[in-house]
Amino acid sequence: MSKSLNQIYLPAFGGIALTAAIAVTVANRDFARSEIDTLESRVEQVTAHEAAAREAAQLATARATELEAQVAEVQAAAAERAAMPSNLTAPAPQLDSVYGIGRVALPEEIAAWDVDVLPDGRGLPEGKGDVWTGEEVFVDRCASCHGDFAEGVDNWPVLAGGFDTLADEDPVKTVGSYWPHLSTAWDYISRSMPFGEAGTLTADETYAIVAYILYSNDLVDDDFELNHENFADFNMYNMEGFVIDDRPDLEYAKWRVEPCMQNCKESVDVTMRSVFLVETPPEGGSNSVMNQATVDGLPSFTSKGADFVPVAAPQPEKEANAAAEPEASGATDANTDLAAAGKKVFKKCAACHQVGDGAKNKTGPVLNGIMGRQFGSVEGFKYSKVFQAAAEEGRIWDEAEMAAFLAKPKAHMKGTKMSFSGLKKESDQAAIIAYLESFDR
Amino acid sequence: MGDTSKTSRRAFLKGSAALAAGSVAGAASAQEPDPLITELQDWASYTGAGVDETPYGMPISFESHVVRRNVEWLTASPISSINFTPIHALDGTITPQGCAFERHHSGAIELRKEDYRLMINGLVDRPLVFTYEDIERFPRENHVYFCECAANTGMEWAGSQLNGVQFTHGMIHNMEYTGVPLRTLLKEAGADTSPDKWVYVEGADASSNGRSIPMEKALDDVLVAFKANGEALRMEHGYPVRLVVPGWEGNMWVKWLRRIEVTDMAVESREETSKYTDVYEDGTARKWTWVMDAKSVITSPSPQMPIKHGPGPLVISGLAWSGHGQITRVDVSKDGGITWETARLGKQGDTKALTRFYLDTQWDGKPMLLQARAMDETGYVQPTKDQLREARGENAVYHNNCIQTWYVSAEGIAENVEVS
Repeated sequence: MSKSLNQIYLPAFGGIALTAAIAVTVANRDFARSEIDTLESRVEQVTAHEAAAREAAQLATARATELEAQVAEVQAAAAERAAMPSNLTAPAPQLDSVYGIGRVALPEEIAAWDVDVLPDGRGLPEGKGDVWTGEEVFVDRCASCHGDFAEGVDNWPVLAGGFDTLADEDPVKTVGSYWPHLSTAWDYISRSMPFGEAGTLTADETYAIVAYILYSNDLVDDDFELNHENFADFNMYNMEGFVIDDRPDLEYAKWRVEPCMQNCKESVDVTMRSVFLVETPPEGGSNSVMNQATVDGLPSFTSKGADFVPVAAPQPEKEANAAAEPEASGATDANTDLAAAGKKVFKKCAACHQVGDGAKNKTGPVLNGIMGRQFGSVEGFKYSKVFQAAAEEGRIWDEAEMAAFLAKPKAHMKGTKMSFSGLKKESDQAAIIAYLESFDR
Repeated sequence: MGDTSKTSRRAFLKGSAALAAGSVAGAASAQEPDPLITELQDWASYTGAGVDETPYGMPISFESHVVRRNVEWLTASPISSINFTPIHALDGTITPQGCAFERHHSGAIELRKEDYRLMINGLVDRPLVFTYEDIERFPRENHVYFCECAANTGMEWAGSQLNGVQFTHGMIHNMEYTGVPLRTLLKEAGADTSPDKWVYVEGADASSNGRSIPMEKALDDVLVAFKANGEALRMEHGYPVRLVVPGWEGNMWVKWLRRIEVTDMAVESREETSKYTDVYEDGTARKWTWVMDAKSVITSPSPQMPIKHGPGPLVISGLAWSGHGQITRVDVSKDGGITWETARLGKQGDTKALTRFYLDTQWDGKPMLLQARAMDETGYVQPTKDQLREARGENAVYHNNCIQTWYVSAEGIAENVEVS
C-alpha cells in the first residue's frame, strides 16, 4: 500500500484503516504475547513434568530398592529354612486345658476291662480254689498243651520244675523256678488262658488252677487252698532273682569308645559255621536242614585278606538241596515222590502229631495206620466230642474225609481241638495222605 | 524343547563313548546280538494291564519270593509265633507294611474301627473312653521309627544258627507313623504324671500283652498311632490303633491298644517277668531292659544274596539302628574285624529309625569275612559276640546286638559264621 493512496483515501477510509492497522498491530502484539505465555507455560509444564518425572523415578528407585530388600529378606528366610529344615515343623500342640474329646468311662465299663492284678495282690477278685479242684480243671482245660503234670507237651510251655537250672546251659524257666510274682500267673491265666478260649475261666477256677500249678512245683501241699486273702502272703522262689537294667553301668561306659580301624587283630579264623541251612520255598515259610559242612578247608584271614582261596570251595546251598530232596535221585514211582513231598508238608503237623516207629500220642493222636481206620479210635487219646460222635457213627478215614479235614479242620469237624488252620493246596493234601498211607498200624 | 533333548542326547552319547573308551577293564563285549534288544518283544507290542485291573496293587509276580517267612520249629504254634521281614531283598529304609514282620501272642485279630474303644483309667481325674473317630481329633505327629523284637538275633547267642539275614535279623521293621502323643491323652484324662507313676497298656486281643511303661517315657515320645507309611495299619500290626514306643523293644508296642491305666507300680505282667527278661550266666535275670542298643548288619551280600557277578565293582549294603538316637557312623570290615572302612550313610538317619549304609568297593574274588559295626550319637560302639557273651553269658535270649559275620566264598556264596 503506497503513502499517496493513504493520503487519497485517508479521508475516506482513514479512520477505518487506521483502526484496522492498529487492530492488526495490536493483534500481532497480542499474538506474540500469548505465544510467549504459551511457551512460558509450556516451559513451566515441562519443568513441572520433569520434576514430577524425577520424583516418580526417585520413588520407583526407592520402591525397587525396597522390593529388592524384601526379596533378599524372603530369600534369606528361605535359605535359613533350608538350612534348618525343622523350623516350620512343630510337635503337636499341647493345650493347657483339655480338648473335651471322648466321654467319661462308666464304673461298669472300668470293672469289665480293668482286671489286671498287681504284685501286691491289688485287683484280685474274691474267690478261692484248692489243689484237688485245680487238678480237675487243669486236666480238662490246660493239660492238652501243658501236660497233666504241667510238664509241657511238645513245644508248649513247661510250667513246673526247673529249680536250680537258671545258671545251667539251658535254663528251665517255669512258673516255679523263674516267675517272681504269683500275681503274674493269676493275671495271665485269668485273662489269656486257655489258649483259644481266653477269658472263660471263673475266678474260683483260676484260683484252683494257680493252686495246682504251685502244687505241681512242690511249693504247696495237696491240701492247699489259694484265695484272695492268703494270696499276697505267698512268696515265689525266684522273687529276688531279678535286677533292674544295669547296662548303663556295666556296658555303656565300656563300649562308648573310639573303635579300632587298623590291625585290630593279628589273624581271624572261622570257628563255627551256620548250624542250619534255610531253604525258602516259593510257597512261603522255610525249611531248615542241618549244615554238614565243617570249618576245615576255610581260609585264615590277616590284614592282607584270605590266606588262600579254597580249591573246592564248599557250596552249602547245593548240599542243602541234596540233603532235603533225596527223592530227586531218579526215583520214578509217583507215589514215592508224593509221599516224600508229604514228609515235607508233615512238618506243619509234627508239632502235635507223631508218626512212624515209636510214635506216641502228643497234643494230637499218633497217626500210624490212620488211613482206612475209624474216626476217634486211637487208644489212649482223649478226643473232642465231635470225634467221639464220629466214632459212634462209624465214620472211616478215607481219602475224601482226610482231604476235607486237612483243607479246613474246624469247618469239617466243628469243635475239634486241632488248632490248625488247614492246607489250602490240594497237592499238599494229597501229599500228606500218601505220606500217611506209607505208615501201617 | 526339541533342541535341548537333542543336545542332551548328543552329550549323553559323547559321554558314554568317553566312558566306554576310558574303562578298559570294564564292560564285557557281546558275541551275539541280544534278542531282547534285536527282536520285537511281546511287551513292546501288545497292550498291558488297564487301570481298572488292580485297585490295590501287590508286588509284581517276579518278586513273589520277597515275603515274610517263619521258622516252624521255633514256636509251638504259628498262632503264637513270629515271622521275619525279608530285609535281604529290601533297600532304602522304609519297610512296606505287607512284608513287615509279625509277632502275635494269640494271633492277629480283625477289629473294626466302629468296634474300637480306648479306655484311660487308674490314677486319673477323669476316666475316659475314646472311639476311633475321637483319636483322630487330637493333634497328631509323623515320625519314622524302627520296631525291633527283643528276640531279634536271639537264636544266635549260642553260635551261628540260621543261614539268612532274614532269619537272624528280620524281626525288625521301620515305618512312618501317624499318631497322637500319649501325653496328650494322659493330659486329657487328667492323669497323675509324677515321675514315680507308670502307664500300663494292654491290647484287645486274647493275649492282651500288657506292659508297664515308666511315666518319663510315656510323656516323652510314645505315640498312639493309627497310620503307618501313610495308610491304615495292617491287621497284623494292630489295626486300627497301636502303641509306638520309639527305640524300645517291640513287645511294648501294644497292638489293638484298648486300655491305658495309670498305676503306682509296674504290673509285672507275664510279658515283663517270665518273658522279655534276660537270664545271665549266674542265673540272675535283668528286667526292664527296654532300650534296643545300637546294632547293624550287612543285608547284601548275605546268605540269601550271594554275589553272582564275580570280581569287580561290588555294593555292600546294610542297615543300622539305635534305640538311643541317631546312627552317626557305620564301619565295614572285609577281613573279620582286622581292618575297618567307614561306610557311606544313605542319608543322615532319623532318631530311633533305620539308617541305610553302603560300602562301594572292588571285590578281588577272594573269600571275605564281612562285618558291620554301628556307632550311635551317644558314642556307643556295637559290641562283638565275644564282648556280649563275656558281659552276659549265652542264655539271655533277648537283646543280642552283636556284630554279625558272613563268610563269603570265592564263588560269592555267603554263610552265617562265627570268627575268632
